[in-house]
Amino acid sequence: MNPRRFPLTREISIAVLVYLYVPVIVLIAYSFNANRTATVWTHASFDWYSRIVVNPSIQSAATNSLILAVCAATAATLLALMAALGTRRSFFGRGASETILNMPLILPEIVVAVATLLLFVSLGIQLGMGAMILAHTAFCIPFAYLPIRARLEGISGVYEEAAQDLYANRFRTFRRVTMPLLWPGVMAGFTLAFVTSLDDFLTSFFLAGPGTTTLPVYIFSAIRAGITPEINAISAVMLMVSVLLVSLSFFLGRLRR
Amino acid sequence: MTGPSAIRTSALLSPALLAIVLLIGAPLGLMAWISLLEKGGTSGVDWSSAPSLANYIRLVWEEDFDGTMIVNTTYLTIFLRSVAQAAVTTILCLVLGLPVALWMAGLSRSNREIMLLVITIPFWTNLLVRNYAWLIILREDGWTAQFVNAVLPFGPVQLLYNDIAVAIGLTYSFLPFMILPIYTVFEKFDWRLVEAAHDLGANRRRALKRVVLPIATSGIVAGCLLVFIPCLGAFVTPALLGGGRTLMLGNIIQMQFGASRNWPFGAALSVVLLSLMLIAMTGMALWRNRRAA
Repeated sequence: MNPRRFPLTREISIAVLVYLYVPVIVLIAYSFNANRTATVWTHASFDWYSRIVVNPSIQSAATNSLILAVCAATAATLLALMAALGTRRSFFGRGASETILNMPLILPEIVVAVATLLLFVSLGIQLGMGAMILAHTAFCIPFAYLPIRARLEGISGVYEEAAQDLYANRFRTFRRVTMPLLWPGVMAGFTLAFVTSLDDFLTSFFLAGPGTTTLPVYIFSAIRAGITPEINAISAVMLMVSVLLVSLSFFLGRLRR
Repeated sequence: MTGPSAIRTSALLSPALLAIVLLIGAPLGLMAWISLLEKGGTSGVDWSSAPSLANYIRLVWEEDFDGTMIVNTTYLTIFLRSVAQAAVTTILCLVLGLPVALWMAGLSRSNREIMLLVITIPFWTNLLVRNYAWLIILREDGWTAQFVNAVLPFGPVQLLYNDIAVAIGLTYSFLPFMILPIYTVFEKFDWRLVEAAHDLGANRRRALKRVVLPIATSGIVAGCLLVFIPCLGAFVTPALLGGGRTLMLGNIIQMQFGASRNWPFGAALSVVLLSLMLIAMTGMALWRNRRAA
């Protein structure tokens, strides 16, 4: 008798999995619905996908989202990589530094978003892409930091010591030994930061200037105007992109050390 | 630690720390200051106004025509609803999440890894998209509503735009935050202790209550905080599934920065939200310490 088996846990878990995946499946199914009325099923078609591809406002929102996510995730990953290397050995203030690094994870997003709006407007910083990149970089740092840090902890110091015994200097050791071992963690961190930025709605909602709408902000205003099959299709695309990227990050994080 | 290694550490760490302090810490400080000022013209803030607690007083009292202060329950109601909604969501997440975490811990190693991915995927998909999916499911002309109304003996019910719809959406949004910390505890747990409890005559129920749950407390506390805090400030779920009828704190904060354009009052509401979050965190920490003692 397995001591880990408790009654009903299996049944509840199956119910929870259904609860987690029914909305995902419903959304994808409806995105292939040919009917003009978003929730009345007729037959399957790719119509709405071809329509969103040629819609200019969706195109520009998607481009903005991609530019924003690439810039913010790259900056956040660089900062997080440096920070992870900096917190590798213990020192006075390491705990406090890590608390600050993880702070964006626990603060309510709406509060951070409106506070950033207040700061930028007070300083006269123009709202729009630049403002969004700055704000996204800050809140993406912990998402990049945690996987890099986890990978770094799993790398034994013996490889670096061996390299130094063989007269590699500090830079060479980092470039030829540490970095190749750390690479999957860096990629996993970048992917998570990228998804976090791509999915952000609230911060962009407050900081987007005229003409710099992102995809989630576009979707939100479109839903407010009324449910359409186009929204089903863009939502399904966003959902599939996230699923792909997160699965990728998961497998990168678990690559053989 | 001194010398070159200290310099290297601070050089590596400071850019990330600076980014967070300047882009997240400083705005919060500025927001607290603005919450004491008055609403201004075009910029939204009257910088020359004398700092006062007027915005906080406005949360509870309002001035009557003859100058007497009377209690205004508009904001109190929204605070209470937000706390209640967050509490209900936390309980629902715990009731659903604890059995899942327990079940996952009993799987083989490779199945556990797959389940971890399966549980986290919905969490990483766009919050807006997830809530939108529920909007489609619960819609008036949708299959679910038709089915529910065909089964129910009494008159037609609306599934959308009420507190229940918001609770469903919030639970859906934050359930993985509950499962993962509890699972982390179970993953490290030595299950031979349960066998020992059985050997000593404990049945499953007793073993669960006396051995497994006390061990899981730290994960449960962490999970409750991780669900409760984002729920308090939720914006998207009440906006979409509550349909403007069941406003929460996040929605009235947004309204002050949008249509009402009263930034100092919005800042005061945000400070209150942050304080509620701090109270929740301190309360949980104290409770955990008392249990540990």
